[in-house]
Amino acid sequence: MKKYNAFYSVPYVLWLLLFVIAPLLLIVYQSFFNINGQLTLSNYQTYFGSGTYLRMTFNSIWYAFIITLVTLLISYPTAYWLSQTRHKQLWLLLIILPTWINLLLKAYAFIGIFSQAGAANHFLEFIGLGSQQLLFTKTSFIFVAAYIEIPFMILPIFNAIDELNPSLINASRDLGATNWQTFSKVVFPLTLNGVKAGVQAVFIPSLSLFMLTRLIGGNKVITLGTAIEEHFLVTQNWGMGSTIGVVLIVAMVVIMFATGERRKKGGHRE
Amino acid sequence: MKRLISFALAIIAFCALLAVGSSQLQKSQGASSSGTLTLYNWGDYIDPALLTKFQKQTGYKVQVETFDSNEAMFTKIQQGGTNYDLAVPSDYMIQKMHKAHLLVPLNYKRLHGFNHIDPHFRDQSFDPGNRYSVPYFWGTLGIIYNDQMVKASAVQHWRDLWSPKLRNNIMLVDSARDIMGMALITQGHSVNTTNVAQLEQAKLKLEGLMPNVKAVVADEIKMYMAQNEAAVAVTWSGEAAEMMANNSHLHYVVPTEGSNLWFDNLVIPKTAKHYKAIYAFLNFMLKPENAAQNAEYVGYATPNKAAKALLPKAVATDKQFYPSDSVINKLQVYADLGNRMVGIYNDKFLEFKMYHR
Repeated sequence: MKKYNAFYSVPYVLWLLLFVIAPLLLIVYQSFFNINGQLTLSNYQTYFGSGTYLRMTFNSIWYAFIITLVTLLISYPTAYWLSQTRHKQLWLLLIILPTWINLLLKAYAFIGIFSQAGAANHFLEFIGLGSQQLLFTKTSFIFVAAYIEIPFMILPIFNAIDELNPSLINASRDLGATNWQTFSKVVFPLTLNGVKAGVQAVFIPSLSLFMLTRLIGGNKVITLGTAIEEHFLVTQNWGMGSTIGVVLIVAMVVIMFATGERRKKGGHRE
Repeated sequence: MKRLISFALAIIAFCALLAVGSSQLQKSQGASSSGTLTLYNWGDYIDPALLTKFQKQTGYKVQVETFDSNEAMFTKIQQGGTNYDLAVPSDYMIQKMHKAHLLVPLNYKRLHGFNHIDPHFRDQSFDPGNRYSVPYFWGTLGIIYNDQMVKASAVQHWRDLWSPKLRNNIMLVDSARDIMGMALITQGHSVNTTNVAQLEQAKLKLEGLMPNVKAVVADEIKMYMAQNEAAVAVTWSGEAAEMMANNSHLHYVVPTEGSNLWFDNLVIPKTAKHYKAIYAFLNFMLKPENAAQNAEYVGYATPNKAAKALLPKAVATDKQFYPSDSVINKLQVYADLGNRMVGIYNDKFLEFKMYHR
């Protein structure tokens, strides 16, 4: 029996080796070379020795944190409400629907909405606030990033809440717990795995957002993703780009451990 | 399961049908692999009508593949596995490709019509004697402004951009060499300086511009300016021409104190195979009537003197896109500064973008 099991895992192991392990090793390997192709640690020195990169790291983590927080605050109540509604599948479909649309298209749509003559400003003028500068602000960047990430937060939380046995809630009520107590002592702890999965699914990609920083943030928000893009495409300093990549990978591993869960469930990204 | 299989079969059948259809279409257009010329070009950078005309005249089919940055093109040609017959890199990239031994010298015995090229645009520092490249289009870096938001007299020079009146009203193109170059010119330095102290000065100068900078963006700048999102932008002449076509309040200025002069030239990369087709195409594109038609379609300035004479008067005498010789003489072409220096330019530019007011 065991022999067969090993045989079935061959495609996956091959895939893992070729497209996960090998690229990771290549990135780590590249990060030890400077722009002239010499073996060196100078990339790491530059990274940890320059205020620019440290500030960029801080920016990335800070924005990723805010984006995650915003999506969580919106997603949890939404997921909770979703699990109570009658047409769950329909609502869920509507929430997932935007993820079928290309990210770039969504970003361009927001450019139209937030521009000087866009719908958002028309509305502000209509309610008497006058037109505002919406594009190229940190707020609009966080808004759009949160909009894009929300489905990835809602899905795992919804799954966790949906799996929750309603008799547990009934029991809690029968035993005299208030609504708040039921939520904080029963519902939330039991759905924590969903929240963790959602935080992972949102925080990690948010760390390296780069297209939105330019399209919506007008490069006024600079994250590590921006720097990687620049090093690979413009400067062609692959070593430095890889170094930033390694730092990001380490950060992701740390987050995976911090929000680690014993049982894997919840939504996954395409 | 049965439904799944029939669904999969339907997709396979549909794809096969499409494949047969497209190969039939290609055949009916007279294409065979030996008679196909692969042109590696920037997006929307040649009049498609000319490609049809070329095929009718010579029988060679042109297959256009596009890139969106010089660096991306360089990487693709260097890595090999491609079969590009012609490419259209910009000035400094030609120098870099030459250094990397990626270019094939031109055979002037087979090239006809090079004498149409304006002497101003021949024999540039990036390719002395035009050993490798035929000028395709040229242009400048300049200021585009909206006459509803700012007076023409207020934005004639680079230093005007630092005026407090333009607070939060300028868009910059996201390109290290160009924006650093703008600051260097403002301080009277060369755009090709390798003096790190001058670059540091330029960065500090740019940080002073930050309160006026609304955004640092790429291609989207065209859309933003056409939609009156900002009063002023720093961008390339070709982009400016496109914006002006969409918004009649926009105007373009090349500051008289100097700016960047850029070229996109046709070169033969190492990957080329179909030399007959290549020279037929180069000669075809050098013909004044074809170059003029292409210039009218693309909207950039043509280096072909005879073609310029064929353009409508309003276009050929437009000082915005064909500046006077005295301005042209002040323009500077980017040189390839090597990876290390380009890295420093980019790091300084990144520091500028990180700067907060």
